[in-house]
Amino acid sequence: MTAVERLGAYSLITALDAGGPPDPRPGQFYMLAAAERWGGGADERPYLPRAFSHARAREGRLSFLLEAVGPGTERLAELREGAGLHLVGPLGVGWRPPEPDTRPVLVGGGIGAAPLLCLQDELRAPAGALGVAPPGNAVALLLGFRSAAHAQSAALFAGEVALATDDGSVGHRGLVTDLLEEELDHDSAATVFACGPPAMLEAVRALCARRGVPAQLALESGMACGFGACFGCVVPTKAGYVRLCVDGPVIDADALESALFPGAGH
Amino acid sequence: MTAANGASPGPGGPLDLCGVPLAGPVLNGSGTFDAIAARRAFGDALFERFPFDAFVSKTITLEPRQGNPPPRLWETPAGLINSIGLPNKGLEGFLASDLPELAELPVPLIVSVMGFSRDELATLVERVGERDEVALIELNVSCPNVETGLVMGADPAETARAVAAVRPLTEKPLIVKLTPNADEPAAVARAAEEAGADAVSLINTLKGMALDPRTSRPWLGGTTGGVSGPAVRAVALEQLATVARAVGIPPIGMGGIASGRHAADFLAAGAVCVAVGTESFRDPAAGRRIAAELRA
Repeated sequence: MTAVERLGAYSLITALDAGGPPDPRPGQFYMLAAAERWGGGADERPYLPRAFSHARAREGRLSFLLEAVGPGTERLAELREGAGLHLVGPLGVGWRPPEPDTRPVLVGGGIGAAPLLCLQDELRAPAGALGVAPPGNAVALLLGFRSAAHAQSAALFAGEVALATDDGSVGHRGLVTDLLEEELDHDSAATVFACGPPAMLEAVRALCARRGVPAQLALESGMACGFGACFGCVVPTKAGYVRLCVDGPVIDADALESALFPGAGH
Repeated sequence: MTAANGASPGPGGPLDLCGVPLAGPVLNGSGTFDAIAARRAFGDALFERFPFDAFVSKTITLEPRQGNPPPRLWETPAGLINSIGLPNKGLEGFLASDLPELAELPVPLIVSVMGFSRDELATLVERVGERDEVALIELNVSCPNVETGLVMGADPAETARAVAAVRPLTEKPLIVKLTPNADEPAAVARAAEEAGADAVSLINTLKGMALDPRTSRPWLGGTTGGVSGPAVRAVALEQLATVARAVGIPPIGMGGIASGRHAADFLAAGAVCVAVGTESFRDPAAGRRIAAELRA
């Protein structure tokens, strides 16, 4: 670990990944565990590593956004500069390019903002790896949080950010999907990239399906291994169960009947 | 056992498993490592420096299976409950699309099969057994027989009938994977040996359950699941030691092995090989690390 930055309710932890590839795709993920004392927390956990999409990958350094909500994230949030972090990755399939002649609209909920940060970096780069370089101001960014304390991580993003909070402490009081609806009313020639809690993703999926707007959703489902071994993280799609760790975590919204499946977000 | 090079066998060295030479004693537990998916995730280097001395496939059934509804996992203190439900492509899908790629592995291939009747099991053993790419066959008997409702591997007589039915169908060595959810696993092991099994492997997962803390209803989509990981290691070691004393065929020991020390314990208790399962979920290279620790 090379840095820990406190951002309101979240932490941004940065680690050196000396042996890893320098250019993981935005939307891919890593399995993380503390090198020391992984276990022995509440309920004698954690035991398994935890899956995180990187928020940033720069010069061999990977940054992850985390909130301490359980035994795994609590232990990771305790780590300080110099502590050892076990990393396996990059894993899975990341974001795909926007559809031709559409404007990227990035929609994040809470900690789900993380994989949108490196996606925004890439979309704004002069010659992004996605093969398109829309002018910076053409990438719309909509982020929803519980409160202003959680919304501090929005400062990581470049350009203009439209914010919504549950308590109205900053930005629009309400849901980020309210902002998305306005955005699509204004211009529906968009490709939506969304990551957040299951209820938000389902609202995004349903809205985009109604409007005929293509959407990519970064989902979450409890994983043991992250590399296709355990078959534990399956998500029901129109074509049957798929392993989120190898066929996702980014899934085309069209492939899903619902983003609210048993175990979603766990 | 005599090592292939004639030297006295030390822990971690080359050995012979039912006539199949292995470079070392560390296998994977069935269903805990998908070599094909892992190669896609980590590249061809994975096949060149494969973490195990033999590869055990995920269990295949006669017909394709989607597996159990999610959620399928629950973390326990030092372990995991899974309710995966044996998703697989079925026999034909396995032979056509997986076997050619698994044949590229630098280590012998053990194919795990499960039948819901003795006829299904017979078809699986016959069709898998005729393939040169397959070195050994493991019979996963931790399933209910649809004809009798009994879990084959929980009952010595059921196990003996299943093994006897498939024994004449192949010359390949047969490993019977024992379930710990039996009154007396050693009696099942003896029955398997008498019916012609060449080896036994144990333990499979222990039956377990978790409740959703919000609803107090079963968390797993399949209601119950199997517990694995360090949480079960002491149970596994006792069962392995008891079975090893009861049979003359080689036992393969597994259950929560996460270090060379643990592997050495199972070998000292009578195992000829050990298998790494849940630890590979935490560290894809765990098999190689444990083998190195064992030789150190």
